[in-house]
Amino acid sequence: MTAAVPTTLAGSQGSGAPLLALHGVGKTFSNGVAALDTIDLTINEGDFLSLLGPSGCGKSTALRIIAGLSTPTSGGLDWRGGALDRSGIGFVFQEPTLLPWASVFDNVWLPLRLRGVSKAKAAPAVMEMLARVHLDGFAQAVPRELSGGMKMRVSIARAMVTKPRVLLMDEPFAALDEITRFKLNNDLLELWQDERFTAIFVTHSVFESVFLSSRIVVMAARPGRVFKDMPVDAPYPRDEAFRTSPAYAALCREASDVLSAAMNANGGSGHDGPNHDGH
Amino acid sequence: MTAPIMTGTESRAVRLDAEEARRLRQQRVERIGRWLLPLAIMIAAIWFWDRICVWNEIPKYILPRPLEVLQTLHDDAGLLFTSLLFTLKITFLSLLLAVVGGVGLSVLFAQSKWVEMSFFPFAIVLQVTPIVAIFPLINIYVNNQTAKLLLCAWIVAFFPILSNTTLGLNSVDRNLRDLFRLNGASRWQELWHLRLPAAMPYFLGGLKIAGGLSLIGAVVAEFVAGASGQASGLASRIIEAGYRLNAPRLFAALILISLTGIVIFLVLSLISHLVLRRWHESALKQEG
Repeated sequence: MTAAVPTTLAGSQGSGAPLLALHGVGKTFSNGVAALDTIDLTINEGDFLSLLGPSGCGKSTALRIIAGLSTPTSGGLDWRGGALDRSGIGFVFQEPTLLPWASVFDNVWLPLRLRGVSKAKAAPAVMEMLARVHLDGFAQAVPRELSGGMKMRVSIARAMVTKPRVLLMDEPFAALDEITRFKLNNDLLELWQDERFTAIFVTHSVFESVFLSSRIVVMAARPGRVFKDMPVDAPYPRDEAFRTSPAYAALCREASDVLSAAMNANGGSGHDGPNHDGH
Repeated sequence: MTAPIMTGTESRAVRLDAEEARRLRQQRVERIGRWLLPLAIMIAAIWFWDRICVWNEIPKYILPRPLEVLQTLHDDAGLLFTSLLFTLKITFLSLLLAVVGGVGLSVLFAQSKWVEMSFFPFAIVLQVTPIVAIFPLINIYVNNQTAKLLLCAWIVAFFPILSNTTLGLNSVDRNLRDLFRLNGASRWQELWHLRLPAAMPYFLGGLKIAGGLSLIGAVVAEFVAGASGQASGLASRIIEAGYRLNAPRLFAALILISLTGIVIFLVLSLISHLVLRRWHESALKQEG
């Protein structure tokens, strides 16, 4: 059990000044389920941090607490350099979660619209974001006319249109086919390198987390906690060449071993047998 | 996006196997049959009705022949259409009030669970009590004849709109609500940009039911109020014709009421389709 490993990052992009610290954050729901035991974690400015773990380890709960959508039962959050107001956080859900009646343009405009920005004033920012996610020419389409991957791009554009300092993503690509997922991974990294935001990415997938992250926090379940904090020592930009490199394979194996260990570790409480289904 | 266009232009060149050809033929036959069959049955039924009158020498004050009904529709047009206009006025005013009242109340209910819990049972009481039984009370308390009829028709019509819209306002995707929260949306913004559009399909479903009910309400109310003799809607014409054994006019008035109901349903269906066609599943299916 190596909770709260000091975060020394080897090389790579990211690793700026501390942005957010979670101090002993725990969450118990009213039905008695302990989703999170205690989490101690420091997230640095510019990190691409993945929360990796099996179902029920509380990674989504942790993300919701960071977003302010849920309050911790114990512990607290410490935003360095002043608390972010809500415009500083972007959130991408597991589903595209678009307004089905609104055009792509209106969907991306929404966060600005809710802040009182008129359509005309928002248009340059919206069109720029649509171009960034390669959806030029689809501004007037409605969600049902788009494929699953395109809907997710709209969702990302919507989260990014306010230029947030932190982008939170809750398994955004879990429902997509592998080819689409690879493409979106590439585009997300490109966006991250250009915009220099801090990314916190929840995922089930070892391969996805290694490809994207500068740092992987592996979590264990029952009770939900940080199992290991693992820097991903590979330079950016990462592209298709990286995806087939020995270095990537070695990192995937390392992360996979850590995840297996996390799934076999019973934190002293209820244990329902070994669980070997790797990813 | 280009795929369907390509198959569209190439469809003539495509060679079909026996199974596909049969399926295509079947689709074509079904499409025609959907219109032709009911029409043929209708014509056959009218013809049979006419024959029954002739074969059994039924007098016209008991069962008029179809052509006699048509003749009456023409001869009494002035009287009947004035009455139709009155019934239409009550129907549309009460539907309008049902929309305003139903949507207004459901928005109020959506503001707080407590409001909904407190007042929804009263709406149900109004709904389940037969309007015919309430009417004598309304007759005592309301003097104006038009107001009486409106109130009756409204009580019948507003409930489907209220219950459907309330359901719609409450069934918003949880993630979308979180999204609005994250972006600091006010209660008003959430209502306007999220809940009301999300409730639209439900509201339109309720509206379709309410359209028919408001016509029923308008006719039933006039039937009950008919005793006072001032009303001049189609229901009064029917009562009057019934007293005088004027069966052709009775049938003519009945046909007008049915046609009105059909037109109301078709218009509301069309509105619903036009509003939802770009995004909602129910409208997409109609396009095939």
